Amino acid sequence: MLLLIARRLMQLIPTVIIVSMMIFGLQQLLPGDPATIMAGEERDPEVIEQIRKQYRLDQPIPVQYVYWIKGVVTGDLGESMRLKEPVSTLVAQKLPVTLQLATMAMIIAIFIGVPAGIVSAVKKGTVWDYVVNVISLWGISTPNFWLGILLIFLFSVHLGWLPASGYVSPFVDPWQSLKTTIMPAFVLGNSIAGVLMRHTRAAMLQALSSDYVRTARAKGLNENRVILAHAMRNALTPVITLGALEFGTLLSGAVLTEQIFTIPGFGKLIVDAVFNRDYAVVQGVVLVTSATYILLNLLADLGYILVNPRLRP
Amino acid sequence: MSGATAIVNAGNVPETPLRRAWRRLKARKAAMFGLVVIIALVLIAIFAPLIAPHDPIKQSWTAVRKAPSALYWFGTDEVGRDLFSRIIYGTRASLAAGVISVGIAVALGVPLGLLAGYGPRWVDAILSRVTDAMLASPFLILAIALAAFLGPSLTNAMIAIGITATPIFIRLTRGQVLAVKVEDYVESARAVGNPRWRIAVKHILPNVMPQLLVQITLTIATAVIAEASLSFLGLGQQPPSPSWGSMLNSAQRFLTNAPWMAIWPGLAIFITVLSFNLLGDGLRDAFDPRERG
Repeated sequence: MLLLIARRLMQLIPTVIIVSMMIFGLQQLLPGDPATIMAGEERDPEVIEQIRKQYRLDQPIPVQYVYWIKGVVTGDLGESMRLKEPVSTLVAQKLPVTLQLATMAMIIAIFIGVPAGIVSAVKKGTVWDYVVNVISLWGISTPNFWLGILLIFLFSVHLGWLPASGYVSPFVDPWQSLKTTIMPAFVLGNSIAGVLMRHTRAAMLQALSSDYVRTARAKGLNENRVILAHAMRNALTPVITLGALEFGTLLSGAVLTEQIFTIPGFGKLIVDAVFNRDYAVVQGVVLVTSATYILLNLLADLGYILVNPRLRP
Repeated sequence: MSGATAIVNAGNVPETPLRRAWRRLKARKAAMFGLVVIIALVLIAIFAPLIAPHDPIKQSWTAVRKAPSALYWFGTDEVGRDLFSRIIYGTRASLAAGVISVGIAVALGVPLGLLAGYGPRWVDAILSRVTDAMLASPFLILAIALAAFLGPSLTNAMIAIGITATPIFIRLTRGQVLAVKVEDYVESARAVGNPRWRIAVKHILPNVMPQLLVQITLTIATAVIAEASLSFLGLGQQPPSPSWGSMLNSAQRFLTNAPWMAIWPGLAIFITVLSFNLLGDGLRDAFDPRERG
């Protein structure tokens, strides 16, 4: 197993290098002189010159990349132009907020998606199956930001039950924290629930038509036991690994959701950075997101192999 | 799905795979609903000037935030513009973004996928690593970053979405090429001395088409949401031109006294995305050889 992990890690190296090159390359897309653009409103030639020196923009691109990647490896993601703080500090401040939101969203998605998918497969062709399919299509086709706005209208403006915006840390006030994050977490979880429903249904249908389920039924086992102990256990393996991958999607979804609910997380950090032309922050956020995504992929991969002995070398 | 696999139906008349797929698609009500809505949306986009009752960008200070009425079917926005007309014109931005960005992704992804699957091994190695790397960044974050560096405009948003969606098509085409390149008819085409590019275009590409069509339909749905998201953030269609995403952004500020501003653009995005998803699902089933009927 250790050997396998080592091999997978080695395979990731080229991917990680190319990702870092792509993110660094974003800077080259800026129209005109990067130093002038990065300086923003500041027109002082001295400041522009200082930026040029600081980011080594006067050096050839490969040299710039080497300096940049050296920094990244040692945890130095550059400095925010606007906030005058290291990007790594900003990321460390904002990431936990988004992770809290993403975890809550995932729990909501699993609680809705998995049971609904199982019911839909077991009751295939019935009205239940139809209802689950409709809910899943709703989840997949509804834009996050629209659902967010509708929920704010209903629960904040109309009923006045939940705050429309803001964030409280669970370490400060758990109840208030739940109240500020439940709507955005539901919005995020809604689309993932739709995806999970579909995958659970497909995996369950496959499991239910397999030989071991037929054997279990032939032995005269209770149908509930056949479904829960035999079919579900096998069907859930791919669904769980898929869940790990969808966690990455949640980071994407968080961008708009945090914007709507004014939650000071990772998504809001990148949007604010985009509008303030704080390019080092944009690059830092994309880099950290991609690294998290790659790591989740690896974990999902290894988890899949761990629970599926047939895939082991 | 080659011509050789054409099946014979009950009437003993040979049925081509395409006809069979169309027959199966027609039998799926949800998919047909999707197709009809998409056709309607295309017509709305083309004939927007004839359908819209008002000028979509004309402001009227006497009609600020009016609720839906006989004069303004969907109500008006914060500067008195007719929402119905803006929704009608917004169809153009959404469909254009969906179709053009996926067009970019297909134009780049399919040839590169063919090259990866049927070209030299070192090309495959490089392309596969780049694809992995691009897929390693969440779709919307990569699109936002690209749009941010390119500058905010609908064209740049389409380019950003197109580039971000390209690896999906590289991977899909490559996978399909690897699956069919060992088939007998490809082997025999090579045996009679056809050059590689000819085999790729004439024999392999047609077999990739069904999967490609399904993926194109589903990716358009993703692209429509992505465009709306970028416009919502102010990185897509620029004001005063109407776009469903930017309409939702301004609606957010007037939820208390003009909730209708938030209903229609969201509903329009939802219906469009749903239709492409329904059609994509239907196409997938219709082309699936394991499905009966």
